[in-house]
Amino acid sequence: MAKRIDVSGLTAYYGNFRAIDDISMTVEPRSVTAFIGPSGCGKSTFLRTLNRMHEVTAGGRVEGKVMLDDEDLYGPGVDPVSVRRTIGMVFQRPNPFPTMSIYDNVAAGLRLNGEHRKKDLDEVVERSLKGANLWNEVKDRLNRPGSGLSGGQQQRLCIARAIAVEPQVLLMDEPCSALDPISTLAIEDLIGELKSRFTIVIVTHNMQQAARVSDRTAFFNLAEVGAPGKLVEIDDTERIFSNPSVQATEDYISGRFG
Amino acid sequence: MAIETPSATAGPTGPPASPASAKGATRKGDRIFLGLSRGSGITLLVIMAAIAVFLTWRAALAISADEASFLTSFEWDANATPPRFGIAVLAFGTVVSSIIAMVLAVPVAVGIALFISHYAPRKLATPLGYVIDLLAAVPSIVYGLWGALFLVPHLTGLYTWLDEYLGWTHIFRYEGGAARSLFTVGILLAIMILPIVTNVSREVFRQSPKMQEEAALALGATRWEVIRMSVLPFGRSGVISASMLGLGRALGETMAVATVLSPSFLIKASLLQPGGGTFAQNIAAGFKEAGGMGRDALIASGLVLFVITLLVNGAARLIIARRKEYSGANA
Repeated sequence: MAKRIDVSGLTAYYGNFRAIDDISMTVEPRSVTAFIGPSGCGKSTFLRTLNRMHEVTAGGRVEGKVMLDDEDLYGPGVDPVSVRRTIGMVFQRPNPFPTMSIYDNVAAGLRLNGEHRKKDLDEVVERSLKGANLWNEVKDRLNRPGSGLSGGQQQRLCIARAIAVEPQVLLMDEPCSALDPISTLAIEDLIGELKSRFTIVIVTHNMQQAARVSDRTAFFNLAEVGAPGKLVEIDDTERIFSNPSVQATEDYISGRFG
Repeated sequence: MAIETPSATAGPTGPPASPASAKGATRKGDRIFLGLSRGSGITLLVIMAAIAVFLTWRAALAISADEASFLTSFEWDANATPPRFGIAVLAFGTVVSSIIAMVLAVPVAVGIALFISHYAPRKLATPLGYVIDLLAAVPSIVYGLWGALFLVPHLTGLYTWLDEYLGWTHIFRYEGGAARSLFTVGILLAIMILPIVTNVSREVFRQSPKMQEEAALALGATRWEVIRMSVLPFGRSGVISASMLGLGRALGETMAVATVLSPSFLIKASLLQPGGGTFAQNIAAGFKEAGGMGRDALIASGLVLFVITLLVNGAARLIIARRKEYSGANA
């Protein structure tokens, strides 16, 4: 179920503004790839091109190629809706559907796929909540609204919702930036468990987090404000944090930049 | 707050105020503002109380003199001795015409609002919004004239059609004649409340959190599924409020109804037959010729309208409150 992502020559625009320029990289299956870089360097934009969420924004368009194994996500006739059904996403701020119960939140994706048999839904909801390390905390109140949970629990609920549909890839856009350290730790542990089943890409501003959770790290940078973001380098996380091949990467991770 | 302004920004009125006096001025300003806002609040309560006391007092006079059964009688002859008046026909006409208006207007309004907020390209959405606003600015007497001179003659075709297919229900039986019925009134009211329901709903839909819309999109929802999963649940209480605003207008609408309806003190099984009446229309039609007791009787009917409106609002609040836990406002 985990697939490889192969990006070549990807450029993304907001209207006439070029947000990221000519990015190529490979994301290995069953591994965690972290994107780091200063604000505005386009790492979130790049993440959103991987499940065709970028084009949802007004004026958003993309040039280049994103291959999921041998399927071209931007190929002619590819429906962005079906792309998003195979590539899950977790956002910066926990965003469970406030009008739905915990159960319905997790089942939402399955119901979109046309699964309505209660027995199957029950099974997947339990498996996904267990997978997100949330089951023990919520199993007695599955019919309560998801908005009643704490921030960290809500984020794990969102992860459960994303993995319920067994996606090929899980994209995480700064999933811990709105959480306290303990909730952050819970999510990081979870990422470690999930990578045996999914291809995970995580954007983070926290370099220790990138070092802790990821196998590969990509460093993005931009020449100046208003210039498009570029991929500086991607390598094994250990190497990026000990002996990166580009000076700019070392400056950034050691705090010498600007 | 008491930061000294740089001398460059000091106007010709004088040097910048010293921190101490600026603080004093703020406090004085606070006091004035507190007085003003408290005064406005009290004034509102006094006005409400004055209206309620006036209505109840005059209504009580009339109802105690009434020889017919006020709530259930079909008669209205307030100037007779003894006076006889019952509001059954008016209550029926008011409620039925407003329900017809709601049934017709709310789905259309929600559709237009969703189209403007989530489907239409900006180039189309903005002018469409203006047109809707324009519809709200048309005076009700103009709607009445248009209804009487255009809508009534043009509805006979629809009436015949309804009679042909739904006449067996008795509700839609049509026996010819001018279409000056409660149904026509309902259609006209629907057009009149369309703008307010649309505008309020549109604002609510527009504010639906992007976060939840993206959550639905990322799960692979189509545009309609995004609307169903995140926009409509978020907007539910707003749409209810909008509908209640519209209902309030429909219940109280006077001139348009009075111009279109051919009133009679009869309740008919068919909505398409001319006749019936509404509270507001009856007051407008009867107030000038009514004597002292007649006026009090009309005021009593006005009180009933007031109570109906209060009940409707209360019911709406109840619906909204019961869904509060799941409301999008908690997000």
